[in-house]
Amino acid sequence: MTPEELTNTITTERETQEKFKHHVCVCVAAGCLSSQSDKVKAALEDEIKRQGREHECQIKGVGCMGLCAAGPLVSVEETGTLYQEVKPEDAAEVVASLEGQPVARIKGPSEAPFFTRQVKIVLENCGKIDPNRIEDYLLSGGYQSLTKVLTEMTPAQIIEEVYKSGLRGRGGAGYPTGLKWSTVAKAPGSPKYVICNADEGDPGAFMDRSVLESDPHRVLEGMAIAAYAVGASQGYVYVRAEYPLAIERLQNAIKQARRLRFLGIDICGTTFNFNIDVRLGAGAFVCGEETALIASVEGRRGNPKPRPPYPAEAGLWGCPTLINNVETFANIAPIAGRGGNWYASIGTEKSKGTKVFALAGRVANTDLIEVPMGMTLREIVFDIGGGIPDGKRLKAVQTGGPSGGCIPEQFLDMPVDYESLNKLGSIMGSGGMIVMDETSCMVDVAKYFMEFCMSESCGKCVPCRVGTAQMYDLLHKITEGKAGLEDLEMLEDLCDLVRNTSLCGLGQSAPNPVLSTLRYFRDEYMEHIVNKTCPAGICKIKVPTEVTA
Amino acid sequence: MSTAPARVKTLKIDDRDVSGREEETILDVARQNRINIPTLCHVPGLSPVGSCRLCLVEIKGSPKLFPACVTLVREGMEVVTKSERLASYRKMILELLFSDGNHICAVCVSNGNCELQSLAQNLGIDSIRFPYRFPKLTVDASHQRFVVDHNRCILCARCVRVCGEVEGAHTWDLMGRGTSMRIISDMNEAWGDSETCTSCGKCVQLCPTGALVEKGKSVAEMSKKKGFLPYIVSMREGRR
Repeated sequence: MTPEELTNTITTERETQEKFKHHVCVCVAAGCLSSQSDKVKAALEDEIKRQGREHECQIKGVGCMGLCAAGPLVSVEETGTLYQEVKPEDAAEVVASLEGQPVARIKGPSEAPFFTRQVKIVLENCGKIDPNRIEDYLLSGGYQSLTKVLTEMTPAQIIEEVYKSGLRGRGGAGYPTGLKWSTVAKAPGSPKYVICNADEGDPGAFMDRSVLESDPHRVLEGMAIAAYAVGASQGYVYVRAEYPLAIERLQNAIKQARRLRFLGIDICGTTFNFNIDVRLGAGAFVCGEETALIASVEGRRGNPKPRPPYPAEAGLWGCPTLINNVETFANIAPIAGRGGNWYASIGTEKSKGTKVFALAGRVANTDLIEVPMGMTLREIVFDIGGGIPDGKRLKAVQTGGPSGGCIPEQFLDMPVDYESLNKLGSIMGSGGMIVMDETSCMVDVAKYFMEFCMSESCGKCVPCRVGTAQMYDLLHKITEGKAGLEDLEMLEDLCDLVRNTSLCGLGQSAPNPVLSTLRYFRDEYMEHIVNKTCPAGICKIKVPTEVTA
Repeated sequence: MSTAPARVKTLKIDDRDVSGREEETILDVARQNRINIPTLCHVPGLSPVGSCRLCLVEIKGSPKLFPACVTLVREGMEVVTKSERLASYRKMILELLFSDGNHICAVCVSNGNCELQSLAQNLGIDSIRFPYRFPKLTVDASHQRFVVDHNRCILCARCVRVCGEVEGAHTWDLMGRGTSMRIISDMNEAWGDSETCTSCGKCVQLCPTGALVEKGKSVAEMSKKKGFLPYIVSMREGRR
């Protein structure tokens, strides 16, 4: 599609949408769908037909609005009213109230800090546009960055913008995106590939899923810009098969983008060609590790390989390959559109921009949020998350999933950025954030994550395959009250071994949950080992009855 | 075909000045200079996988450890192959291997001819610190000439590589992950039923332990002959 055709399409779409006086958005992402938002949407459509108002009211299926725990969510675009826990029976009232006062009974907190404290870049279209219609994405400014990059910028210039933005990989490790792009661009060899890592697997994390379900075109646009920058003509999105809705919307989006020539040949009327295909994961967590992911895309067993060579040099089928996470790609179109300096103005000195988090656990709002880097954990948990329910006390916040660690209450005022989290023994990770209160046992938490790493270890290298199993056994022994101090010493030795000798990131970071809980909650381990009690009352320790002679 | 002449790098391994071609690994150069670095998964002539982690070495200036079998030599690098830290890691890795299988040397056909056993002896292992995990594993004696005993398998995947890369049969592969990973023949069928196995025995000869053995051998009788591999590989290289 040429820039002129793009303008025409947008004008037509705007005119079509402006014919409607009211736009009612119903969330049809996986969270709300699971509480039957599809039925709510159908009820609203029926109601509008019944009242004969289908020419002035548009019912739109949209992506995630963030307050996932309070779904199904419905919002009215004109007034900004948000309804939560809407039932199909509420349809008549909602439609009737479009002109008047909102239905107070189901009105959600649209002005709450939950909304006002967030800064949305990645999620800016989520909950606003219909993920199944490319026209809606175009109307919100979609594919204009790609058009601009292809018609006005050289690959070196766009890499420079990404470099300036200070964007770092959102998959977890935080590698500077601009540097990665320039490495792939400079790497000798052809063809080159661009891969989007959507193999999100951390327990409790659903950032990538929400983006793919709510705004798939943004990811495709980011990939196309990346492909132009590094000189690739083929891309793959590697999505886990457990995300059927995300896959469906992604495939639909690819089809639409091909139809309008934002993918395929002669993109935007230029000579640039780029295609994207979807590859499905088969349920292995380790396939989120880039070398294992590449093996899986190649159709082989998803085992990691030693690096170097890095994928930037020798990746997919031995060719230079750029791998970025969904959220990283979702940041590209805004950076290309508004410039690297704009992006760099948000965040902290070394961590720029925003980060999407999946807030879960013992917190009032268990939701998807996007905040500027450098916001403190306290603001995230108490202002946005609404604090700890049932008058309980916060104990720790777990970030980074099975590769991360637990941050205790005394560090709640630390800004959330890559460096600060590393200093505390945790990591940014992909954005899972689990809040724990005093009812959580930290040894049990460490055991949970170790069980995850043990069963997700690919088995290739010895320290990770056997080391995680031995560590799990030791943690289990501690939670049963059967461990001695020598077991704790063995556990610490194993942490050191597995961290320093494992082949890939999964093994190297597997000890983190243990190390961080040992660092801040060693007394809890000692309670289990010495006093044979679990302070939180989670571990069922059987006290042996004393035998008297 | 004309290739650019390989560049030669000079480096230090354990304070000895040595030289290597740029496509050679630390392990290659160390072995040329009779510096011993323990390995279990590596076999010259097969693609390196870096999975046993025994060959990890220190490189001065980096806090990380590097697998010698896949790390290429660099000009001026200073490699340390022996240190207290490395020795302790290597010992623990071997202990983990022992704890994860059912290795009972006294009744093993490979007793006295086992790479796992001799490495343990060299590193002075006389007891295993970690609890044995006693996995329930099977023995497949369906093949006419050979036996696979999963109790003694350390999953080094030498058999997988030699079968695929040298014999070209690809009978062996890996299935499952983590502690449930196993070597399998064909699509997890009995070895004796394999339609791809040529019964060449290369896997048996390269297996470092008593996991793949010839039938009819009693305790300590199974010694392996690995000499065929360098011969085949050098013949192939010569023809290229």
